[in-house]
Amino acid sequence: MIAVRDMLRRRGAACILAGLVLLASPAVAVQPDEVLDDPVLEDRARDISAGLRCIVCRNESIDESSAELARDLRLLVRERLVAGDTDDEVIAFVTDRYGEFVLLRPTATGANIVLWLAPVVMLLIGGGLALAFIRRRAASPAPTETALTPEEQARLDDILRD
Amino acid sequence: MIVELGHFAAILAMMVAVFQMIVPMIGAHRGNVAWMAVAEPAATTQFLLTAFAFAALTYAFVTSDFSLSLVVANSHTLKPMIYKISGVWGNHEGSLLLWVLILTLFGAMAAWFGGNLPPRLKARVLAVQASVAVAFFAFMLFTSNPFLRLAVPPFDGQDLNPLLQDPGLAFHPPFLYLGYVGLSMAFSFAVAALIEGRVDAAWGRWVRPWTLAAWVFLTVGIGLGSWWAYYELGWGGFWFWDPVENASFMPWLIAAALLHSAIVVEKREALKSWTILLAILAFGFSLIGTFIVRSGVLTSVHAFANDPERGVYILAIIVIFMGGALTLFALRAGALEAKGVFSTVSRESGLVVNNLLLAVSTFVVFIGTIWPLIAEMFFDRTLSVGPPFFDLAFTPFVFALSAVLPIAAMLPWKRARIGRALRPLVPAFVLALALGLLAWAIYNEASVIAPIGIALSVWLVAGAATDLWSRTGRNAVGHRAGRLFRLPRADWGKAVAHAGLGLTMFGVVALTGYEVEDIRVAQQGQPYQVGAYEVELIRVDENVQGPNYISTTATIALRRDGQLIEMLTPERRFYPVAGMPTTEAGIDSGFTRDVYVTLGDPQTGGGWAVRTWIKPFANWIWGGTIIMALGGLLSLSDRRYRVAAGAARAPATPKGVPAE
Repeated sequence: MIAVRDMLRRRGAACILAGLVLLASPAVAVQPDEVLDDPVLEDRARDISAGLRCIVCRNESIDESSAELARDLRLLVRERLVAGDTDDEVIAFVTDRYGEFVLLRPTATGANIVLWLAPVVMLLIGGGLALAFIRRRAASPAPTETALTPEEQARLDDILRD
Repeated sequence: MIVELGHFAAILAMMVAVFQMIVPMIGAHRGNVAWMAVAEPAATTQFLLTAFAFAALTYAFVTSDFSLSLVVANSHTLKPMIYKISGVWGNHEGSLLLWVLILTLFGAMAAWFGGNLPPRLKARVLAVQASVAVAFFAFMLFTSNPFLRLAVPPFDGQDLNPLLQDPGLAFHPPFLYLGYVGLSMAFSFAVAALIEGRVDAAWGRWVRPWTLAAWVFLTVGIGLGSWWAYYELGWGGFWFWDPVENASFMPWLIAAALLHSAIVVEKREALKSWTILLAILAFGFSLIGTFIVRSGVLTSVHAFANDPERGVYILAIIVIFMGGALTLFALRAGALEAKGVFSTVSRESGLVVNNLLLAVSTFVVFIGTIWPLIAEMFFDRTLSVGPPFFDLAFTPFVFALSAVLPIAAMLPWKRARIGRALRPLVPAFVLALALGLLAWAIYNEASVIAPIGIALSVWLVAGAATDLWSRTGRNAVGHRAGRLFRLPRADWGKAVAHAGLGLTMFGVVALTGYEVEDIRVAQQGQPYQVGAYEVELIRVDENVQGPNYISTTATIALRRDGQLIEMLTPERRFYPVAGMPTTEAGIDSGFTRDVYVTLGDPQTGGGWAVRTWIKPFANWIWGGTIIMALGGLLSLSDRRYRVAAGAARAPATPKGVPAE
């Protein structure tokens, strides 16, 4: 339904905002004039950008977004990189200003530890239950009683006969 | 007038649903045959009334009846006819009407084709189905009525969101709804079985085709959405782990688990209570998906949220249906005794592992999707959970599933010997390992994830082929080849669906691992190299008039080894009525790669910003999706379901079926 409206709205938002603000159609995210000459720095900039959320868009990274604000942030990231910041320093620089909302990869701090551990814990719990179940099935003797009346059995056989 | 009749029909359909929810349920409880039997005509009536209401709304859209506020908000006289029609469900209110239409269609189909169901179970299934319909009719009529008139109709409408004016997207919602709502059948069967207190092999057989059909529709729907995102959104992304995408992905994963565990119920009468639980949860995730999308809670940060009243209403539906069903489950699940005994190494155990991995991966998607909400509500932290989390947390499950799948699929029921099952898979394993190593050797700078993914996808496809071949017995090759095409369609369906998963995975891994990108200012008449291709901006035409948009169209020549392959025409469109710009990529689609070109802004020093990607094996993502769905259809057409359906017609029982 829905994946429709969603994206729709998400992309729409970016476009509407960009469109209204600039009164022009949006460009395609990263523009040629933003690209750094040093390919290593540029690669790092792209990686960092892919992990930072465009705050006026619905759910896009600044690397994907055509919004003006995303462009400003991309330029900022590149500026910091050229100034010699490490990746972590750039990310810290951005988070200090915009909050952890911009991080598409949530930090493993505080309550977020629950989020990061949940998959492993669930797998262990589920795996334990599944193992216990399989063990029990393997150990239990074949049941002898049948819950079906003869008529039901006949009907079932009738249905199950290919 | 027609619109009023449609409105009236929708209200009437809700009345019929209320009746169908109560009377057959009491009849089944008391053993009253006549009361049980009314469920069938009621289900048919409900469907016909809803179909009329839907036709009436469609008529209003087709004739651009701007006295209807919904038509004003989502249509325009200049819009092409196909989008006038798809505009019916391209909005909240109309899509709800489509939702109840499909809901009543499934109910009616259970009435039409459920001839071999025990009358008591059938009455209960239809009553539960009607209760879901009542909730959604009430939701639609009381909070989101599509039939509201305007006192002063405007001369023209505000147009449908231009991004929705696309053939891929026009048919994406109906497929997704067919999937979501199809899972309501599994839910109704589960609740009816719980009320009945009995689940047996026959129940498994009845539930499976509905689940399978729902899963096939969801597969196609999600595939269409992803394909649309790929060519329409302007940079070739195909999956964003957006809450709304996850909303459709979670039911898909759970439905996949359910249709596998229902096999165990059908063949071995084990995993009964687990299967019931999955059936309840599958529909639960459909409802949660609806909530996520329509309430706007997860996106409301940005002010274009939907009406919160709607969210509360859907939340109430979730609480009532999930709470009720899960309470019933807690009370009755103990009575569902498992019969089938199996050893630790067996097909049953393999399917338990399948269910474990699918269920936990659904949970991973779920917790990642709702975590921002939890963090904000309980920990006062405003944060995001985006693709980096999901990639990291979800991928291991897919890899584990792919590694186990071909082995588990070949294990015999009840008791197996692992060595014996592995032996025929040796060639598949060697092939997978070889191709994985080859990929690693060729692109050794890329991450190790991609070669592993390639090895696993080859393993899936080759494993599926091995599985199919091993079913043909031990005779001479010619004889076996002959038998191959006489195998049951369920066997083919299984192999085809598993191979489809492998192909999709291959496409995803190749595209994300080995994509080549180029961003630059292109000058007219100055060709440049991207990978093995030569790209040249020939010209840019501005102010090209489309039916309801204005376009800037570039013409770009794509050459390889001096030979022209294709003239690409990426566009940037502006839809004046909606005031919205869109991008149309120029794509040269191929079997082994797509070349994807988008047009950016004109540059001050002359020339245009142009972005070019070479996306290896992009089409395999959706090709694999279609093949997965095809596998589901093959399995659905298996003889045993058709026989069951035929058996329903054969006796031609008179109306009053005696109670059991």
